[in-house]
Order: sequence, then structure tokens, then C-alpha cells
Amino acid sequence: MILPDAEKKEAAVLEANKITVRFEGLEALSRLSFAIFPQQIISIIGPNGAGKTTLLNAITGVCPLHIGEIFFKGQSIAGLKPFQIASLGITRSFQQAQLFMNMTVLENVMVGMHPRTTSGFLKAMFRLPSERKEEGMIRDNSRGILEAFGLLSKSGDMAGHLCLRDQRRLEMARAMACRPEILLLDEPAAGLTIREMEEMADIILWLKEKGQTIILVEHNMRLVMAISDHLIVLHHGIKIGDGLPGDIQKNRQVIAAYLGK
Amino acid sequence: MKHLPLMVFSLVVFALPLGMGNNYYLMALNIAALNVMIVIGLNLLMGYAGQISLGHAAFFGLGAYFSAVLTTTYGFPAWPTILGAMVVTAGIACIIGIPTLKLQGHYLVMATLGFNVIVYIIMIQLGSVTGGPSGFAGIPGLRIGSFAFESDRKIYYLFWAISIGILSLSLNLIHSRVGRAMAALSHNEIAARCTGIDTETIKIKIFVISAAMASLAGSLYAHYISFISPGSFSIFFSLQTVTMVLVGGMGSLWGSVFGAILMSLLPEILHGVKEYNVLVYGFILMVVLIFFPEGLFPSVRSFVATTFRKKT
Repeated sequence: MILPDAEKKEAAVLEANKITVRFEGLEALSRLSFAIFPQQIISIIGPNGAGKTTLLNAITGVCPLHIGEIFFKGQSIAGLKPFQIASLGITRSFQQAQLFMNMTVLENVMVGMHPRTTSGFLKAMFRLPSERKEEGMIRDNSRGILEAFGLLSKSGDMAGHLCLRDQRRLEMARAMACRPEILLLDEPAAGLTIREMEEMADIILWLKEKGQTIILVEHNMRLVMAISDHLIVLHHGIKIGDGLPGDIQKNRQVIAAYLGK
Repeated sequence: MKHLPLMVFSLVVFALPLGMGNNYYLMALNIAALNVMIVIGLNLLMGYAGQISLGHAAFFGLGAYFSAVLTTTYGFPAWPTILGAMVVTAGIACIIGIPTLKLQGHYLVMATLGFNVIVYIIMIQLGSVTGGPSGFAGIPGLRIGSFAFESDRKIYYLFWAISIGILSLSLNLIHSRVGRAMAALSHNEIAARCTGIDTETIKIKIFVISAAMASLAGSLYAHYISFISPGSFSIFFSLQTVTMVLVGGMGSLWGSVFGAILMSLLPEILHGVKEYNVLVYGFILMVVLIFFPEGLFPSVRSFVATTFRKKT
């Protein structure tokens, strides 16, 4: 659905309009509005329990909205199921890497290409030529993605055997496999060493350079301030700051929320 | 060589009856072939959709009764009726699957359990059509043109050809885009959904396909035995099919083949121990489930793999 005031929204790739999410009476997000512009890194920050992960869940359709709407390229996605939202072009990583541990590294990325491919039950059972062709394409593309994420040498390993650093990379690779419009990252640096964190920052910046829009939830302020183009600050489900990293650092309300003053 | 195991297996199956004079064992192997069809379908559901059906005996029975009544009472041709029975059974599975598989959790078990009981009661009570508790007799044998499958040996080749066909289609399926999506959703449903996989629809489709496979086996069973009665399609047979999946190994299609063969032949082999056969059957089952919780086939394969690796 194109809105009447489409010109105003033209530039925003994702726009939330007064969204509210409640858990048994508790408002995890209340009347939250924001706009995300393409080819930027937008970080969502805030103290524990501020509603950051809930916001990612709301965008990806995992948590239903009680009030409000979310527009993706002008189209309302509130009420869509997670698989529909992923197919439209919003994919994510999870706070605790959610890989398919019973599959190889390569197969994980191949699953990630699901929305971009079409072969169904019948084509697969009878191995029709079009299915074989698509299968080859999926395999080649997935190898290319693994190479870009530095995991090609591990493509035959089981995903469950990877170290944390590689698990997080693999989860990003899987989310990127369907060439999403927006990539959501939920604390990609949690649990990593300083060196690994720097590598992670490089990967995120490299993705941005290629034109990827990224929404990042992260606790590590050094990382956030170093790579973000824009910050949104949440506190108790309410937006208390929205602006450039430099401005947010001077925002009194934000400082109070973090330091408890 | 992906096709090598399938070719070796086909050769063994082809060669097996050549040196076999005894029709009794052929008959047991024919029933095993039908169980293989049911158990492969059920394993797609249990091993890849993470759902359990306790109603596969009912789908098996629906196929058997559809074929029996339509061909014997109304003179329908056998093969189109078999296909028709598969379509109708698939439709019924759809009606059960759509409301239950859209819910999170194990609602399908309860729904299929209830369904099996209902189908069983209908088979008994609808005596004018099904013959009631005394069963339905005089079902014609299968034939293609003027070629009749009148001996156990001919049926053996027909049934095993069909079950190897089903095995190969199912192996193709699990090594495909849909198969990866199935494996993904059985392991981590949230991650699968956020990767763009329509988990609900895939679960429903797998359930419907597995019901159709059971229906096919049921129709073939009716034409082969020529007499069916409700007792073969009770909840106890459903439990047996689930046991075959567990013994073979959930998620392993080759395991299902061997699980179905083993559990079908075991009662025949145990005839030697006479009145203790149920005891020994139960004991073997218990040992397998305690010491090989992943199923016999995956355990044996990983055992072979590790010993082989040590030697080299």
C-alpha cells in the first residue's frame, strides 16, 4: 500500500509509526516512532531491558504489535509473519547465534538463500532439470558468500563445531545470503575478544560500503560510536534520543539513563 | 557416488528371492515392503517436521478400504482407484493438518490419535459398506493388462519396486532446497522462520505426503491379501509404525528402511521361541531404545565411521 504522503517517506526504507508492544500488561515498547534511511548503520542502544531486542522482534514479526504500524519501502508489514518479512528483504542475526547446528557451514548459507529460490516438493522429488540448475546456482552462490565472510575453508564443518567468532560470522553470512534490503544484527560483538570485535567492526563497515542498510543492537559503546551513522536510544521502551553519535553523547537524558542520575 | 547405496540395495532386493524356495518368507518380505513405504513417509514427518502422527494406521486403512470397496463392490479399475484413494486420503490429512499444524506444539499427535479411533469405529459400525468387524473379503488381485500379479514372487518385485521408488523420491527430497528447509525447521523453528521459510506450509505438505504414502501401502495391501478387517488398522499398528521409525532412527531414511524390515521380520524370526516371542520382542525394543537412542542405523553408521577412522 502506498501512502498518500509517499513523498515524505520516499527516502526512508523502514519507518515505525507509534508502535507499542505489550507483554502481560508491561509495555516493552511504547509509542515508538523512527525512520531508517538506506545505506546507513543505525544503532539501537539503551540499558538492559530497554526494549532493544523486542524492537528487532517487532520488526521481524516475531513479536506482534499491539498498536502502530511499520512500513517497509512504503508497504505496511505489521501483522505479516516472520517468513514473509524475511522474504520481503529483512533478515537478522540473534543475540545467541541460532544456527542450524545439525547442518554443515555451507548448508546453513544454502538455507539462507531460501527466499530467493523457488523449487518445491515435486521438482525436488523428481530432480527436474530446472531444480538441478537452481541447486547448482545455490551451491555456487553460497560458496561465494562463505568466501566473502572468510569461512570457505570451513564449509564442510558442522555448524555446531565452530567457535563463537565463526558462528557469528556464519549467522551474518546466512542472513546476507538472500541479499536483504535491511540486515538486523543483535549484539554481534557480545562475547568476542577485542581483536575479534575489531574484525567484526570491519565486516559491518565493509557491508555498509557495499550499500547494505544495517540496524545494529549493541552494548559495546566503543564499537557503536565508531561505526554508527545514526543512533536511537531506548529506555524502558521509550525513545529518549535519536540523532548523530556526537549529539547523543552530549544528550543529558541519555547520560542520566545510563548513569542512573 | 550418491546413487551407489541405492543401486546396491536394489541389487540385493532383486537377488534375494532367487535362492528362496519358501513362499512364507516372501510373504513376510512383501509386508515389510509395505511397511517401508509407510515408515519412510512417517519418518519425513517425525524426523524433518518434528511432528508425530499416531494415525498412520488410519491412513493405511483408508487406502485399503477405499480400494477394497470401490473395486470389489462397484467394479472400479484397481490402479486409478489406488491413485484416487491417495488423493482422498491426502485431502483428509489436509483437513486434519491445517488447523493442528498451525499451532505451536504437539497437537497433531492428539488429533491423529483421535482420528485413528474414529476411523476404526467407522470401519466396524458401517457394516453394510465395510463388512463390519468380520472384515471385507474377495478383493481382486492386481494386474497390468493381461499380466496378473498372482504369486508372492511377482508381488515381491512389484512392491519392492514401488518402495524403492518411494525411497529414491524421498532421498531426492531431503537433498534439495525443500529438504534443507525441512531439516532447518526441525532443528530451530524460529531461526528457520526468520530465514524466510514458511514452516507451517512445509509441515502440512509433509504430513499430507506421508498420509498419501500410507494410503498407497494400504491399497496395495488390500489387493495383495484380498481380505481386510478393522483389526489391522487400529491404533496399535500406528504405534508399531512409530516404533519402526524410532528403531531405525529419526531423520534417517535408510534407517527407516532397515527399521521397517527388522520390525516386520522380527515376529517371524521369533516364532522359534514360541510363547516367549512377545517378551523377546519387547526386550529387543527396550535394548535398542536405551542403548541406541538415535536409532540403530545412525548408531551403527557412526560406530563404523569411527572404527574405520582409527585404522587409517
